[in-house]
Amino acid sequence: MANVILKKLTKAYGKTEVLHGIDLDVKDGEFVVFVGPSGCGKSTTLRLLAGLEEVTSGEIYIGDNMVNNLEPKERNIAMVFQNYAIYPHMSVRKNIGFGLRTSKLSKADREKRIDEVAEILSMTDLLERRPSQLSGGQRQRVAIGRAMVRDPSVFLFDEPLSNLDAQLRTQMRLEIKKLHQDIGTTIIFVTHDQVEAMTLADRIVIMKDGHIQQVGTPNEVYQTPKNMFVAQFIGAPSMNMLAGQLDGDGIKLNQSVKILARPKSDTKDVSIGIRPNALRIAEEGDEVLFEGTVSIIEPLGAEALIYVNLGYAEVIATVHGYVHPKPGEKVKLTAVKEEIHFFDSHSGDAIY
Amino acid sequence: MSQTEIKASSATLDRAAPYAFKKTMKPSTIIRWTLLFMGGILMIMPIVYLLSTSFKWSHEIYNLQIIPDEPTLDNYSFVLEDGRFYNWFFNSLIVAVSTTVSAVIFDSLVGYTLCKFKFKGKTFVFIAILSTLMIPTEMLIIPWYTMAVEFGWINSYWGIMFPGMMTAFGTFLMKQFFESVPDEFLEAARIDGLNEFQIWWSVAMPMVTPALSALAIFIFLGNWTAFIWPLIVTNDPQLYTLPVGLTTFSVEQSVEWELIMTGAALATIPTLIVFLVFQRYIIRGVVMTGLKG
Ligand SMILES: Nc1ncnc2c1ncn2[C@@H]1O[C@H](COP(=O)(O)OP(=O)(O)O)[C@@H](O)[C@H]1O
Ligand SMILES: [Mg+2]
Repeated sequence: MANVILKKLTKAYGKTEVLHGIDLDVKDGEFVVFVGPSGCGKSTTLRLLAGLEEVTSGEIYIGDNMVNNLEPKERNIAMVFQNYAIYPHMSVRKNIGFGLRTSKLSKADREKRIDEVAEILSMTDLLERRPSQLSGGQRQRVAIGRAMVRDPSVFLFDEPLSNLDAQLRTQMRLEIKKLHQDIGTTIIFVTHDQVEAMTLADRIVIMKDGHIQQVGTPNEVYQTPKNMFVAQFIGAPSMNMLAGQLDGDGIKLNQSVKILARPKSDTKDVSIGIRPNALRIAEEGDEVLFEGTVSIIEPLGAEALIYVNLGYAEVIATVHGYVHPKPGEKVKLTAVKEEIHFFDSHSGDAIY
Repeated sequence: MSQTEIKASSATLDRAAPYAFKKTMKPSTIIRWTLLFMGGILMIMPIVYLLSTSFKWSHEIYNLQIIPDEPTLDNYSFVLEDGRFYNWFFNSLIVAVSTTVSAVIFDSLVGYTLCKFKFKGKTFVFIAILSTLMIPTEMLIIPWYTMAVEFGWINSYWGIMFPGMMTAFGTFLMKQFFESVPDEFLEAARIDGLNEFQIWWSVAMPMVTPALSALAIFIFLGNWTAFIWPLIVTNDPQLYTLPVGLTTFSVEQSVEWELIMTGAALATIPTLIVFLVFQRYIIRGVVMTGLKG
């Protein structure tokens, strides 16, 4: 068990800096998920933590020890990789026990520990098998077992579920969450999938281009995104974003359309953001926010997405899956005031 | 179309298939097989004559018929009763096994280092090693010889073996094969606390066993049949390798081809064993490397 602290962490490959000063405080026992588009530096951060890459500047603390100059094995961490890095020439038992090779446990204790781990992961029946005889999900479980066996103080996961099919991914996601509840070890988990991040994390770290954009609980990042990037990255489909100008008592979206709201902003250029599921079809007496023509419908079963052409922009709205307007129909949309977000169009920062 | 109709039509297709297959025996196929057959004959003829000659009396050897008129085992008993044969056989075995073990280990060690580590001058080292591939053995023999004389390695096992203890070809081959070992495996082991040598030996090496076997076979065969260098570096018959020793059957009075052929026939036995044992691997190895043995 240990907390993890990153202080002004930077990493450069040659002359290209890919991490530009990461500051983060991970509490003991916390499940933190790094999420961001591909290439934003998530893996690099994890590899710095693991000691697989050298820090360019900044400091890493694991459980109060500065670990910058420690070898990976001295950091008491374990890592699970995307491609399960389990050895094809060894049985499951040997694979799981591999992490104990350098430990001081007696042979009997080692076997006992392997059996314990196999028990937790319900793989006792599979111990004598070869990796080639396992399914993708089982292999990933072996990789997790290998990481668990040494009882590390921090687990690092680098997109461990990306190679699994959708159904298995959901199942393994649940298992990892349960595992965390059972053993309570600090976990730092990397993914590019915002759903994975939302469902797993105690706190989410959203990254872009080597910068942290926001750190917060799933609800915080969803409900009070700090900027346009976070607002549009978290949640699917993405938040609708419409550029406008402050004008008198509201925000002008075009010549004739004005949203009656007055955020405190220093600039005139303000964008409004509304999630598709915050929009609904206006009924008699509702204040109409948008008016337009339905262009495309994407049915999802219980719900449907309608793409509404407003003339000056297009918005997506989530509507009832059984009863909804048809393409070509005119619709009026409304939303609850609290679910409308405002952003500075130049800096992208949210205005609250 | 109903279900039954679909089934019926696919059944007729199945039955038609064997005929369709026979028709594909086109003239080009026949030519291809003929050429392959002729090639096969060409390859096998020397071996047939080698075996045939080893069963002939000396007066019969210039008679090119394959089945000898009076087959004899005399050549075999002569060679096998001659102590020199065992002596040379043993020398060859020592030399071939030692160089194979050494080259496989050092080639993969260097190949692994060049493949998986970043260090200054890596490209230079790699190019230097590769460029030695372009120098024919004949050109190296004089420097080797000077070196052997200088260090007093003439007439020693070490003298025969040293040029082959590590090979540029094997280094290159192993480097390429280690490319196929994902870094994640090595990193996982690094986190598990293995040192770099252990990672190489117990993680990377087991993942390239087909390449190792293929390399071992190439090197063993190469050293077992090596002739020029062992001939040059030894002049004590006690230290001759088999290929060198066999030629001395010919210099004593006249060229005794039947004895040379008998010795050569016996000399193929270890290579046959090596080949049979590693057959699966050598074929895989050749397929993978696209190399000819
Ligand atoms: N070994 C390396 N050498 C040079 N650039 C690298 C290296 N590893 C990663 N990068 C670069 O660093 C950036 C971040 O990569 P990475 O951390 O792998 O992103 P991701 O968030 O997808 O995991 C990318 O632009 C990538 O090209
Ligand atoms: Mg990555």
